[in-house]
Amino acid sequence: MDIRKFVVGSFDDEAVLFPAVEKVRKAGYKIHDVYTPFPVHGLDKALGLRDTSLHTAGFIYGLTGLTTALSFISWILTKDWIQNYGGKPHFSLPAWIPIMFELTVLFSAVGMVLTFCYLCQMAPFVKKHHFSLRATDDLFVMVIECTAKTNVQEAEAFLAANGALDINVQVAEAGWWIGRYDMDRKLFETQTEAATA
Amino acid sequence: MIKQQFQTPAGYKKWTFALLGIGLAALLAGIFLLAFSKDEHDVTRFWAVLLQNSVYFLMITNAAMFLICAVTLAHGGWTIAFRRVPEAISAVVPVFSVLALIVFIGIIYGHQHHIYHWVDEAEVAKDPILTWKKGFLNPTFFMAWTIITLTIWTLVGRKMRQLSREADEPMEGEQAKKYIWRSTVWAAIFIVFFALTTGSTVPWIWFMSIDAHWYSTMYSWYTFISGFVGGLALIALFIVFLKNHGYLEYTSREHVHDVGKFIFAFSIFWTYLWFSQFMLIWYANIPEETVYFQPRINGPYKGIFWFNFIVNFAAPILILMTRGSKRNYAVVTFMSVLLILGHWLDYYQMVMPGTVKDHFSLGWFEWGIFALYAGMILFFTGRALAKAPMVATHHPYLKESVIHHT
Repeated sequence: MDIRKFVVGSFDDEAVLFPAVEKVRKAGYKIHDVYTPFPVHGLDKALGLRDTSLHTAGFIYGLTGLTTALSFISWILTKDWIQNYGGKPHFSLPAWIPIMFELTVLFSAVGMVLTFCYLCQMAPFVKKHHFSLRATDDLFVMVIECTAKTNVQEAEAFLAANGALDINVQVAEAGWWIGRYDMDRKLFETQTEAATA
Repeated sequence: MIKQQFQTPAGYKKWTFALLGIGLAALLAGIFLLAFSKDEHDVTRFWAVLLQNSVYFLMITNAAMFLICAVTLAHGGWTIAFRRVPEAISAVVPVFSVLALIVFIGIIYGHQHHIYHWVDEAEVAKDPILTWKKGFLNPTFFMAWTIITLTIWTLVGRKMRQLSREADEPMEGEQAKKYIWRSTVWAAIFIVFFALTTGSTVPWIWFMSIDAHWYSTMYSWYTFISGFVGGLALIALFIVFLKNHGYLEYTSREHVHDVGKFIFAFSIFWTYLWFSQFMLIWYANIPEETVYFQPRINGPYKGIFWFNFIVNFAAPILILMTRGSKRNYAVVTFMSVLLILGHWLDYYQMVMPGTVKDHFSLGWFEWGIFALYAGMILFFTGRALAKAPMVATHHPYLKESVIHHT
């Protein structure tokens, strides 16, 4: 368990969110993440995230698929179970290209989906703490992680000054866990949703 | 205020006239040395090279209008920031149509039976396959359909460019809606006709009838995609050139990135068709069909055939795969030049094995005519760019294009 303290601020406007992200970063706070109801263009840049390596992984999976198909078929048709198909040579590459292509696509697609799920810490039965349920509806939720040096009141005031609507402090699991939400005692010990929301 | 008026840079003019000069010299020399030569091979080379170039450059310039119409039909807004560039390129189509028509008239009424075997009536009468195809492969149908095709490309293309010019003037909400609707309708007309011509019939009569006994159902798609990749590369070249000269302020790396994606994707699609056409014929192994690939894979065109594959498939897939390379102007320029040459070579290997056969060359005449057409593209596109403002500032989708983000 990795329980940490977070200051959570919600925004209802992209135009407010972007300058706020910039100022919060400049002020030296550590942004845990920003949760949005839909993909927001340019937010990754504003947060200073590096480009994803997902496509490099995809390329490697694709090559793996290509190699798997080629080695497997060529082993079957030239070593293990030689057959004559329409008088073609045993090593007849053109006939295998569709299968090699399909396996390239299959490996890279499935591999990338699984990698994506891994990077996002998504899997069956894997749970993560929700900082604000309205992040799936109509609010952009910025989560600041408190370190030993962070002054919580100051951080709250700073968020308020930068246009956050709904600010609260949460003590929550930073990573993921396997189980159910309602089994998680901590989630209900600290009420996270503002009653007025 | 953005730079709206294109002024031809000195270097551009220099290149235009250098290429035109080289090209015209090659054409004149070709007329005297090849067209009126006693040697039949020379005459065939002359017409085959003209056929290849006039069709190739017509296809890649018309592909610009295809891109505009396809994007308009999909209600895509991202191209508006640089839409005047493909428009200017498509303004070359009327000129190239006339030139292509002259070449076709020269071949068919000049009775160049080494190019189109089926123009020789005595041969057709002896040949059951060609007799059977006579309703389709005959000079009257060829010329009539060619003229209809070129006229409609020209007219609908001009209509699309005129519609684009309307967006230079301010328009209100309702008016803008109607404007988008009218553009969509005209784009749809173009696309449907484009499918009936470039997508099917026109490559059959212009190129596939060189090997009149042979046919492939993939052929038109293959010809079209080859020209489309060339056209996209040409658009990318012009965008990068204009960006480097301080035009197209609204066009950013995001747009170049998307054009790069198109080039990448359609290079893969070209390979898909290249391979599909080959594999079906290879698998069935019927002599009537394999005869097409015999000179290309086992014969004298072997080198060109595989070089063509490396340039048009291996190079784009490996070089344009990463995000960074599609956003890098130098890489995009390099790949565009490579692909324009690559697909020119692709058209070369479509035309030459059936016409000049073993006596092919890639010499002064081939590259001279290439230079002539390149010069003409620079000349006419430059002129068309200077005629209209660089950006349609009141187009309803302009904002969408400016904030475009990949």
